[in-house]
Amino acid sequence: MRSMKTSKPAALKTGRFSKAKKTLVLLTMVAPAAIWMLLLRYLPMGGLVLAFKNYKINPRNPTFISSLFNSAWVKFDNFKFLFMTEDAWAAIRNTLVYNLVFIVLGVIIPVAFAIMMNELTKKFVAKAYQTLMFFPYFLSWVVVSYFLNAFLDAQYGLLPSLQAAAGGPVTNWYTTLGPWPYILVFSNLWKNVGYSTILYLAAIAGIDATQYEAAAIDGATKWQQIRHVTIPNLRGMIAILFILNIGKIFNADFGLFYNVPMQNGALFPVTQVVDTYIYYAMLNTGNIGMTSAAGLLQNVIGLFCILGANRVIKRIDSESALF
Amino acid sequence: MSRKNKSRRLTSVSAGAELVLHVILGLFALCCVIPFVFVVIISFSSEESIRTIGYSFIPQEWSLETYRYAFEKLPQIWRSFFNSIFITVVGTLLSTAMCVMYSYALYRPDFKFRNFFTFFSFFTMIFSGGLVPTYIISKQLLGLSENYAALIVPLLVSPFNIIVMRTFFKSSVPMELIEAATVDGSGEYSTLLRIVVPISKPGIATIALLNALAYWNDWFQALLYLRQNKALQPLQALLMELQKNVEYLNRMAGQLGTAAIMESTKAPTQTLRMALVVMLVVPIACAYPFFQRYIVAGLTIGSVKG
Repeated sequence: MRSMKTSKPAALKTGRFSKAKKTLVLLTMVAPAAIWMLLLRYLPMGGLVLAFKNYKINPRNPTFISSLFNSAWVKFDNFKFLFMTEDAWAAIRNTLVYNLVFIVLGVIIPVAFAIMMNELTKKFVAKAYQTLMFFPYFLSWVVVSYFLNAFLDAQYGLLPSLQAAAGGPVTNWYTTLGPWPYILVFSNLWKNVGYSTILYLAAIAGIDATQYEAAAIDGATKWQQIRHVTIPNLRGMIAILFILNIGKIFNADFGLFYNVPMQNGALFPVTQVVDTYIYYAMLNTGNIGMTSAAGLLQNVIGLFCILGANRVIKRIDSESALF
Repeated sequence: MSRKNKSRRLTSVSAGAELVLHVILGLFALCCVIPFVFVVIISFSSEESIRTIGYSFIPQEWSLETYRYAFEKLPQIWRSFFNSIFITVVGTLLSTAMCVMYSYALYRPDFKFRNFFTFFSFFTMIFSGGLVPTYIISKQLLGLSENYAALIVPLLVSPFNIIVMRTFFKSSVPMELIEAATVDGSGEYSTLLRIVVPISKPGIATIALLNALAYWNDWFQALLYLRQNKALQPLQALLMELQKNVEYLNRMAGQLGTAAIMESTKAPTQTLRMALVVMLVVPIACAYPFFQRYIVAGLTIGSVKG
């Protein structure tokens, strides 16, 4: 390329031409995905004007565009409505609390597992554990909900059968609120711990062995090595996953909260999160304005959280920041 | 290597401590697969056994009745199985091709709009229009409603996969190779197809697998966009429908006129649901030993630097 430029004016001309052509050809490569993002990601961002409208289907011309233009502007009324219902507050509280628990346990347990796994002397056993632990990550929440159902089903489940056999009182798991926070936390960890463990394990494998050697020669115990060598080396990765998760703190895993309790209305006080709340509200009330407002709020808060978390991390350790 | 072994011995934990580690990790590892084994056992239990002793690891009687009934009396199961396969195959091909092309252009340091398109896809990771506007626009403006496109199009692009793929190109395709091909007069597409794709096979396999899993496991698009045309339901969505409505399949069979209502009353509904779970998990479980390696390699590469 460069040699062409420096040779002759004629070559310079073709060089410039071929440069423009190259850009054009590369543009055709990004085009399919770029158009997709434009239509399915950026266009709906424009659709957020719905949050400030009282969207009603225009009876004379029931297309989306004409309905949108004929719907009245209501400023922030949709947001006010959002905070008037008690259910919305419960959903927000649930989302935040569950996500905080997931973030904390989702770091501690996989890091602990990865460190433990790394200490095993029989490597093929460690590989076998990894393989088994990673398996649930590839299943859908629908499938997981039936795995759980096999144990909890009111009529035939294993746990109620065992409770009955033991002569104790039989719990109807799908109508009892108490255990569900634990069940949901457990389900989430069950499905995702294997994945994070593998990520951390890869990071641990990348740590220079001489660091441990030096620590051992200086007489560091196993605990000291973990505290002063392993964990500092994992800090960057923990930071990145932390930023990404903080950014999603108002977004719940819809599949977990919708499927695992098997859409059970009796459990809503502890299973309803912002995402399921918006879905049910859209389905039941058909209030497009209010549900769009809820989604907008969720995303704006998420954006600020991610930028904020990134900023904090950057100040502490600029290497670990995401952007 | 010998040096590494030595250092391991120098720093390894005591035998007693290692036993404790084995117990903790082993128990959790078992806990990750036991539910699947349990569901397989339930699906092969006779309906009689379940009525008397409930779901059990040791049923009173084994039976293939559920599977026989599902395949003979419920054509929707076949149809849904086909739907799942169709969506997975078409979706995986399209999404993988789109991802490879997009990431390849982002990988090229000499692409003029590289920074713009990097940000263009990254921004969709941190901000979105949310469920409702996306749903309304997809349905009303883009026509994603009650058709196969509604199950395929919404999952075509994943910014996360783009990052993974681009990182893979960066680490395995030397730029000199592309420059050399250009000097030899190779067009951009033929460079991509003949040089970049063959040496990036492991990376592309990772992305294709992630895409295939996303399509195979998807029920959400069906929940949103298939409200009437239930014949197009993939197996996951069918199974989800049975969460609240155990009789759903039998009623559906009745509507289709293939099974008499009399027949449906003695249908093995409990075991049937578990048999569907088995049908969804077995393909993943069979392919799992082969694809696990790729996914681990791909994800660790992708996550090293976002």
